[in-house]
Amino acid sequence: MHEFLAQLINGISLGGIYALIALGYTMVYGIIGLINFAHGDVYTLGSFFALTILTALGVSGELHGVALVVDVAIALIGAALLCGIAGVLIERLAYRRLRNAPRLAPLITAIGVSFILENVMQIWKGPSPVPFPAVVPNPSVMIAGVAVGAQQMLVVGLAVVMMVALQLFIHNTRLGRAMRATAQDRDAAQLMGININKTIMLTFLIGSALAGVAGFVSGVYYQSTWFFNGFGAGLKAFTAAVLGGIGNIGGAMLGGFLIGIIESFATWKFGGQWSNVTVFAILILVLVFRPSGLLGEAVFDRA
Amino acid sequence: MIYAYFLIAIAVVIGAQRLPDLRAKRVLFLLLGAALLCAPIFDRNDATFNVLADAGIFVLLALGLNIVVGFAGLLDLGYAAFFAIGAYTYAMMASPQFNLHLPFWLLLFLAAAFAALFGIILGAPTLRLRGDYLAIVTLGFGEIVPQIFQNLTKYTGGPNGIGALDFPSFFGRSFGQGTIPYYYVVLALIALAVFFAYNLRDSRLGRAWMAIREDELAARHMGINTTAVKLAAFALGASFSGLAGVVFAAKLSLVSPDLFQFQVSVLIVSMLVLGGMGNIPGVVVGALVLVLVNNVVLPQANTIAATAGLHVDFGNYHFFIYGAILVAIMLFKPEGLLPSRQRKEELHHAAT
Repeated sequence: MHEFLAQLINGISLGGIYALIALGYTMVYGIIGLINFAHGDVYTLGSFFALTILTALGVSGELHGVALVVDVAIALIGAALLCGIAGVLIERLAYRRLRNAPRLAPLITAIGVSFILENVMQIWKGPSPVPFPAVVPNPSVMIAGVAVGAQQMLVVGLAVVMMVALQLFIHNTRLGRAMRATAQDRDAAQLMGININKTIMLTFLIGSALAGVAGFVSGVYYQSTWFFNGFGAGLKAFTAAVLGGIGNIGGAMLGGFLIGIIESFATWKFGGQWSNVTVFAILILVLVFRPSGLLGEAVFDRA
Repeated sequence: MIYAYFLIAIAVVIGAQRLPDLRAKRVLFLLLGAALLCAPIFDRNDATFNVLADAGIFVLLALGLNIVVGFAGLLDLGYAAFFAIGAYTYAMMASPQFNLHLPFWLLLFLAAAFAALFGIILGAPTLRLRGDYLAIVTLGFGEIVPQIFQNLTKYTGGPNGIGALDFPSFFGRSFGQGTIPYYYVVLALIALAVFFAYNLRDSRLGRAWMAIREDELAARHMGINTTAVKLAAFALGASFSGLAGVVFAAKLSLVSPDLFQFQVSVLIVSMLVLGGMGNIPGVVVGALVLVLVNNVVLPQANTIAATAGLHVDFGNYHFFIYGAILVAIMLFKPEGLLPSRQRKEELHHAAT
């Protein structure tokens, strides 16, 4: 029972990271129907940006008091902002021209962008995993006999806050309404005077910024980062988005936590070498038997 | 010297594509075939034929994936999984691993059949998915297969894989350490594969694939059994990959899971995209160009950089090259560098 709870908490923390990444997949898919394959690499980019900012601030270990709040805020916001800009640039340079192309063309392009980003990051920080400073102290609280670390709470807390903020933004602001309208029917939205390019840019900005947040958080949580992390994490987050129902913000969150928990239990029960197999098997099963996911509506074939 | 082989082969294939006369085309191909057959008589450099045999393996893979992606329009991002299945078939049945020593020639057929079977197993439940979801499912499959080979240590040797595979033999004469016998096997397989690919393309099945690629709904309403036809594409495409896997394993005398990662699948997709999806000469040229870059140009660039006192490892730029090819071709020349006339027309005049 104790081990079960501990694994559950591990899974929820891991799930928080997947959820943050999955939000970006689901938003972009919802609005332009593209599986943004490079999104996982934007997440890694986030951890690299955060690491660079922390190094520039001269941070190499645990922080306390005011320094903790200020430096973490700078790294977090910096990483989010830079990732947002990267996302917008990727959309502008690689995807925009292909918006009306046959639908496999942008997917192939996205894989290309992913490979380019991975290579750039490999050259930037080297081919091996790099250590990430443990900036956030990790005192733990006992909940039902299980130690829950401050870092775990940070991961989950940030993920939940981001999702609530995103929901409020999408449902209560003009820009949010423009995004929903564009997702529903791009041409009609354009006829209603919505600036489609701006709206799609905004979607990439927000989605990529969330990936940047996830990148920072994962650095703090794992105390290491690696240029190739984004491939696996991205695929799992995509699985989460599909499991929750792609295009659905709440679904991405639910899917993220579920995938985190499943992966954590699979690692516990079958060993780490089976966790990827389990998650990808779920991806295949969900796509085959319930492509609309847990919370999604029927997927229409937009050929 | 190695450049000469590649450049001549590429030039001949491009030239043949340009020639309007079918008979002239055939003569050109026969001449190229004859030249390649005779080459080892004049050039006894094993290293050259090592590279050429590798190039041939990738040509086979590209021809196989072209059936799935180019003809039927189904993006398969896990093609390396079938390559792995072929390679492991040979490794498990012709090595001390289980003390099985089945002949190479039998295993060529068996591996092609196994790979086709797995193509059907993967395809049957997933082929009704729309294109991009199918791509992701195949990607998932492509990740699972090498991971399973890695995990089942008892049967597959785990991360270290299986080594000391049998040397194939031909009428009792062992291939031994040389690379030239493999070169001949690969040449023969390519000749077969090209022959099959052309005949498939022009068959009823091939026309059905292209109909599905252009408009699945319309194809179904013309009476095409889309599921069966797509399954055929998956199975046939996979079988080419199985063949390539056997030759690859036998030539290397080793298999390990890290030889069949996602990058390999993307490399083969890049070959297709570069050359022109759906066009047989195009994908052959795409494969030759990328193998030339990967196995010849980049290592040489390393040597040159090292003699110039520079510490650059151009081997680190593989990902960048594949990525740049995918992005640049999709943005600026989606039909590839050597497209079929038909495809070019479609992409430039069709309303999408």
